[in-house]
Amino acid sequence: MLIKKPSDIKPSEITPQSVYQRRREFMRTSLGLLLAGAGLPGLSAATLPRSGKLDAVKNPSLSTDETLTPWANATEYNNFYEFGSDKYSPAKLAGRLTTSPWRLSIEGEVARSGSYTLEDILRPHALEERIYRLRCVERWSMVVPWVGFSLAELIKRFEPTSRAKYVEFTTLYRPEEMPGQKRRVLDWPYVEGLRMDEAMHPLTMLAVGLYGEILPNQNGAPIRLVVPWKYGFKSIKSIVKIRFTEQQPVSTWTRSAPSEYGFYSNVNPDVDHPRWSQKRERRLGEFLKRKTEPFNGYAEQVAGLYRGMDLKKYY
Amino acid sequence: MSIDYRLFIKPLVFTACLLPVAWLVWALLSDRLGANPFEELTRQSGLWTLRFLLLTLLMTPLRELLGRAWPLKYRRMLGLFTFFYASAHLLTYLWFDQFFDWQEIFTDIVKRPFITVGMLAWLLLVPLALTSTKAMMKRLGRKWKRLHQLSYGIGLLAVLHFLWLVKADLREPLIYMGILLALLGFRLWHRRRQQFPLRRGKAVADLSS
Repeated sequence: MLIKKPSDIKPSEITPQSVYQRRREFMRTSLGLLLAGAGLPGLSAATLPRSGKLDAVKNPSLSTDETLTPWANATEYNNFYEFGSDKYSPAKLAGRLTTSPWRLSIEGEVARSGSYTLEDILRPHALEERIYRLRCVERWSMVVPWVGFSLAELIKRFEPTSRAKYVEFTTLYRPEEMPGQKRRVLDWPYVEGLRMDEAMHPLTMLAVGLYGEILPNQNGAPIRLVVPWKYGFKSIKSIVKIRFTEQQPVSTWTRSAPSEYGFYSNVNPDVDHPRWSQKRERRLGEFLKRKTEPFNGYAEQVAGLYRGMDLKKYY
Repeated sequence: MSIDYRLFIKPLVFTACLLPVAWLVWALLSDRLGANPFEELTRQSGLWTLRFLLLTLLMTPLRELLGRAWPLKYRRMLGLFTFFYASAHLLTYLWFDQFFDWQEIFTDIVKRPFITVGMLAWLLLVPLALTSTKAMMKRLGRKWKRLHQLSYGIGLLAVLHFLWLVKADLREPLIYMGILLALLGFRLWHRRRQQFPLRRGKAVADLSS
């Protein structure tokens, strides 16, 4: 790992990733050979690093010191409906997703709109490692060391206009590589959104890696959102479009079940999901359940964003 | 001709019915149930309950279709295994999900329809399990059959329980519902055929006369 401060990840937690890495390398190599064999331009080293390691500086002020969820759990137990609606399909099926080349289009109420390569998007940003809690709406949680940068930095670069009140994100739609999209389980492509002040909050980040490694596909490669005080489904994966809007975007899960998944979806133990209580959660790897904290324990930093709002109404 | 192999079938079936629970316990102890093993236990015990319920409901149609009596010999055993897996499923919820927090459990039962129907389905299984003995069959006579027709309603509640739990992808619960409806539909069709057994033949006879 090239993280500049001593790592507090136990070696025992890292071991399984070497196994995983070998599988990914095998898939990359075989894909490269396949393309080369077909006479197509191969994948360049610049766009697809052979090594999965990322150069990142730790950011302790934004990190929790809680025990990390083992890499194996964080990369095998995923909700990524584009690869199937059960937890284990993404890890099995996401290997076939082509993440390079990757383009991101910046649209809407923004001065420098356009379609950019991932490299152009990432170039100016220094990568940081931040250890965040992740709380799924299904009552399980993880602690993940993400590698990425503040979304605010990216937003400033592209100069949204004064009419930009919201940011809407869209996931890739590519059913031939994302088998879950072949059935209309959700209204594809997956869409999520944030209010501008939520998007500009220093905790909100775009992640390109975890545990010092490039993001595995099942975790939302090559670039995903991480909003640690909201339920996990707000942290949209494999982003291809960022649009600035005046109107509040309609999230995919809200469209699917408006009474169950609101636009805000802030972690809140006092607002039940209609089908289950949100008072407690199971941290992966633990037997007993923990109490769920308001805003997933980030109330001090983010509660101010919602001052005066009825959080039972704006769930 | 010396060994009656049929003597071994019932113990064999009994053992086979225990395999899912044996596998679950082994998988739990050897850390093979994934990242969230206790939720997986709930999920798997629920699925096995549904499978045993459908197997139980399959025995009567199977008798009619094969014209043989042997499927009925397994109906009671399969029904009791349904109750066994349903109870294990309930226990995983009470324990690993709620840790016997009775107030939360009560709230769940009252407020969440999928829990309400699941709980109701289990409660309705209790009298069926209690009256499954030969003695109870004799004592209840005709009433026994009517009582045990509750299993049709239990099947519908169980499938509803699964359907209402799912967030978006309804395929799996709908498959179970399809099988259940086929099994119940067969009974309706068969009953009609028994009520009017001669209708068709009579009509043909009328025409020919």
